[in-house]
Amino acid sequence: MERSRGTILEMFMTQQEDDRPEGRRGDPVGFVIAAGLLALAAAVAWDASGMGAVSSYAGIGPSAASWTVAAALTALALGTVVSAVRGKIPVPEPSDHAAVLTILAGIAGMIAIISFGGGFIPAMAVLFGLTARGFGRRALLTDLGIGVALGLFVYLGFTKLLALSLPQGPIEHLF
Amino acid sequence: MLDSVLALAQGFSVALEPTKLLFALIGVFLGTAVGVLPGIGPALTVALLLPVTFKLDPTGSLIMFAGIYYGGMYGGSTTSILINTPGESSSMITALEGNKMAKAGRGGPALATAAIGSFVAGLIATIGLALFAPWLVEIAIQFGPADYFALMILAFVTVSATFGDSPLRGLTSLFIGLMLGLVGLDALSGQARLTFGVPELLDGIEVTTLAVGLFAVGEALYVASRLKHAPETIEPVRGSLWMTKEDWKRSWKPWLRGTALGFPIGSLPAGGAEIPTFLSYTIEKRLTKHPEEFGKGAIEGVAGPEAANNASAAGTLMPLLTLGLPTSATAAILLAGFQQYGLNPGPLLFAEKPDLVWGLIASLFIANVMLVVLNLPLIGLWVRLLAIPQPWLYAGILVFAAMGTIAANPSPVELIMLAVFGLLGFVMRRYDYPIAPMVVGLILGPMAETQLRRALQISLGDPMALVESPLAATLLAIAALALVAPLIFKGLSRFKAEED
Repeated sequence: MERSRGTILEMFMTQQEDDRPEGRRGDPVGFVIAAGLLALAAAVAWDASGMGAVSSYAGIGPSAASWTVAAALTALALGTVVSAVRGKIPVPEPSDHAAVLTILAGIAGMIAIISFGGGFIPAMAVLFGLTARGFGRRALLTDLGIGVALGLFVYLGFTKLLALSLPQGPIEHLF
Repeated sequence: MLDSVLALAQGFSVALEPTKLLFALIGVFLGTAVGVLPGIGPALTVALLLPVTFKLDPTGSLIMFAGIYYGGMYGGSTTSILINTPGESSSMITALEGNKMAKAGRGGPALATAAIGSFVAGLIATIGLALFAPWLVEIAIQFGPADYFALMILAFVTVSATFGDSPLRGLTSLFIGLMLGLVGLDALSGQARLTFGVPELLDGIEVTTLAVGLFAVGEALYVASRLKHAPETIEPVRGSLWMTKEDWKRSWKPWLRGTALGFPIGSLPAGGAEIPTFLSYTIEKRLTKHPEEFGKGAIEGVAGPEAANNASAAGTLMPLLTLGLPTSATAAILLAGFQQYGLNPGPLLFAEKPDLVWGLIASLFIANVMLVVLNLPLIGLWVRLLAIPQPWLYAGILVFAAMGTIAANPSPVELIMLAVFGLLGFVMRRYDYPIAPMVVGLILGPMAETQLRRALQISLGDPMALVESPLAATLLAIAALALVAPLIFKGLSRFKAEED
């Protein structure tokens, strides 16, 4: 992964040029990130303002850390705006959004099945099948089958041998 | 000195028990396997195993985790030599020369010098750990809350700002981690912070959920998004595995120099193995008698950085065990491993649980020997792991990620957090934000806050107490310097660029 070329690397290997293109000036992504940081800062500050300001002992109360973090996130949001204006936000490599969305659908499906009591094994089958599809596999039924087998193997191994509790649904109750 | 030797002998009597040997063997085996697999590093493996080992014996589990840590280092070099996609940034340098050697049909000697160099470095650095740890414990026992607070501030700065690509992005990652550390009931006052009425958040955010989300889910999404654009090729290992006399002659000095760089730098709160490996590469390039081979597969360029990498892994354990201070993502997860058993690394642990600490250190020697024995003869097996089709590999990783998360805390809220952190990890990878500062921030943030509030309670609220101890003042000064240093370096390099 060629991504994490650090300043250290630049210092000692000046002959190796950073092949990453410079960012665009006024890249909107920078403003979106800054807005996100500001939203986090606002949430932390709002939460801190609801805490009792007086602490019962000498020293600082639980809200001090919250205020510090909120202030720092605000400062970082401003820094991000500056770096967006100056064109210092890295330009990401091209991305295959369909693949990412397929895997996210697999994760969402897994969470939904577990939340509604569908059980561990079907949830893992959906997660396995859709992730494999996101990585370019076309044989979805085969992969769902592998997911069932893997889920069953993990379920039996971990609940019977290691006595961990995993979510149960209709299938798991058979064992 | 003599105390160390006696304590270590005691440690060996623990580590050589058959069950402990078995744990060490499982650890190095798993560690090598996941180190070889692209996409999973030692941090993720330990994070996935934490909930699974909850009910096992603490000493055994910790020995296993240490085996995974060392094994991951060995396995990572195999991946970077054979497919040029290093699993973790510290093996990036190995890929520079190692992959070129493999392409030239010298993959065997490249793997051998990496493995033997890692062994030599691991051995020397672990001896260093055993000798210096008691000495550091002696010093650490006198640390007050203000000193610990200053030390943690220094670790925050070095991990996030000093050695990364961009201090802004490093600090952003750190502060989101610190924010996540706020979530839950405050340890001193019982005040709920950032829970927004969700009962599952009262216990705080699990380090393992964050790490698994960022590393497993985030990495899977990132790799999938890049699949069409960057195909990978595995270089077959051709020819002899053995190093020639010439290879040995060219390797042993880089091993020692790499160790000499890796151990001290790894012991400092300076954030992982990247710096010593870069430094080692540069030094070998300057000192070599074969400068024409650099960039085309010079064995020194594999031997030195690999040794530096392993030595710094042992070095990282120094602040972790003696001060409870994690300076890399893997160390942060190992700390979570200790905490899972109610153990807090630090001077007290050396006094209260010498068997555990010294058993762990002794097991590092054993793991090292196991690794050098396992690694080369089994190279065929490790290479075959690389042939697992990527879709199944990552699908399997996500299944284990979900399983580990739900086993730790059987609630859909935990899984939703996993998904959110996964998406966050994906976005951070795309926009080049470092991930380690966030994990370190989550685990170290609440500890730093506790030390700060303790220091202020002792001084009855007088903030001058934070700089009254000379040590704390010095550490804070270094932290301030480390925060502005990258800006100065940047200015310097710009100046230099204009000169050229």
